[in-house]
Amino acid sequence: MEAFLDTFFNGAVLARYAPSILQGVWVTVLLSVLIVISGIAGGSALACLRAYRIRLLSVLIVIYADIFRALPPLVLILLVFFGLPNIGILLSSFTVLYLILTLVLAAFAEEIVWAGITAVPKGQWEASRSTGLGFTQTLIWVVLPQAVRIVIPPLTNRAIAITKMTALGMVIGVPDILGQATTAQSFSANASPLMLAAIAYVFLFLPLVIFSRWLETRFAAPGV
Amino acid sequence: MTQAAQGAVAPPTLTVRGLRKSFGAEEVLKGIDLTIARSELVFVLGPSGSGKSTMLRCCNRLEEPDAGEITLEGDPVTGPKVDLNRLRLRMGMVFQAFNLYPHLSALSNVTLALRKVRRLPRAKAEALGLAALDRVGLKAKAGSYPAQLSGGQQQRVAIARALALEPSVMLFDEPTSALDPELVGDVLAVMQDMKAQGMTMLVVSHEMKFARDAADRVIFMDAGRIVEEGSPEQIFEAPQHERTETFLARFSGRG
Ligand SMILES: Nc1ncnc2c1ncn2[C@@H]1O[C@H](COP(=O)(O)OP(=O)(O)OP(=O)(O)O)[C@@H](O)[C@H]1O
Ligand SMILES: [Mg+2]
Repeated sequence: MEAFLDTFFNGAVLARYAPSILQGVWVTVLLSVLIVISGIAGGSALACLRAYRIRLLSVLIVIYADIFRALPPLVLILLVFFGLPNIGILLSSFTVLYLILTLVLAAFAEEIVWAGITAVPKGQWEASRSTGLGFTQTLIWVVLPQAVRIVIPPLTNRAIAITKMTALGMVIGVPDILGQATTAQSFSANASPLMLAAIAYVFLFLPLVIFSRWLETRFAAPGV
Repeated sequence: MTQAAQGAVAPPTLTVRGLRKSFGAEEVLKGIDLTIARSELVFVLGPSGSGKSTMLRCCNRLEEPDAGEITLEGDPVTGPKVDLNRLRLRMGMVFQAFNLYPHLSALSNVTLALRKVRRLPRAKAEALGLAALDRVGLKAKAGSYPAQLSGGQQQRVAIARALALEPSVMLFDEPTSALDPELVGDVLAVMQDMKAQGMTMLVVSHEMKFARDAADRVIFMDAGRIVEEGSPEQIFEAPQHERTETFLARFSGRG
């Protein structure tokens, strides 16, 4: 029991490394917020573009979405972080992590929002167009507000799944929660910093998971 | 030019000339000619699949015609340089499935096009919207959402949505077919009232009694053509074509 406590909840180690892990919390939060905002915005924009059914554009969007949904994000992160410098492009590890996860989230968000747009019945388009609204106006005022209701629960789940992947930043040295914790762990030869990291993740993501559960029940009922 | 020379003769509200439409290999409309005068109510009958909906939907180009010319009060509806969205403000359409916007209140359903297409300020749009809801007897339901309304009420809101734009013609595609029998009457009463106020109407429906009471002219369509047209008495009492007769017989047999 003593050995367990000493390994996972060592008071001295915890006190020493808590500040750096707290710094990591801010990095993780900042990354997550940036990724969620730009990933969902980008994915939604792509889904809207796809609604115009311009052949070539749609094909390109589908190819992008499929590739970024198929590849493990870690592969992309390593490829970009270690590959791009060879052709003279130097990006910070923070930027690489942000870019890749944004692109991955945007790919998933595009598919989810597109599914939401196509789930809105054709009659809604027709009613709107028959009263003189244009295609874009119909998309904005009639279709998207209905698609959003369909899309929010799966989009929230996906956003949580992707932001959790900020932990992958550790392998390229991003000073996020896990990055700080592994550094601390190797300096102190003690697992307590990792335990602290786990607790930090629970505090960050558990409210989001509960929130998404609430959203699911909130939007489950059809109609209003 | 000839019309200008003739002076006072106003063009018909709606004209359709040589309208053709195919879906794939199937020709659904095989040359439709139709003229609707101002304030006329034309009632369209025909078996399922005869092309009634397609004809109606070609009139406001929800369906793109393959050939033919359509005019609204003398203005071309078909052809290249047509501002379709402007024209559609002048052609109201009512659907079998109502197609109300579920995320908007009854009033917002009615005011959406007033605000976004006619670009009226909110207060003005809402005044017009309430007036339109009043015409269909639903002013009290302005704040209700579609899911809180009965089918008959939803269809009347849908009519108000079209009416609020003060269209020159109203197109109805089986407006009462999706309704419980006891709710049909309210919708037909609203339509009869519109007719009394001089609205020009093209109505696809199976409500024969309404046709007898309100229609100026009845058109029977079959297999993409207008087979026969005439006054309700002519069509119902003395149809000239066997196909019309068979259809009406089968229909009254069922009802
Ligand atoms: N979008 C479409 N794509 C392919 N075929 C279509 C389409 N719309 C209609 N059709 C076909 O065109 C024909 C005529 O359809 P339409 O809906 O105009 O008939 P209708 O007279 O309104 O029939 P109903 O009384 O059943 O409503 C049918 O055979 C139908 O299957
Ligand atoms: Mg039909």
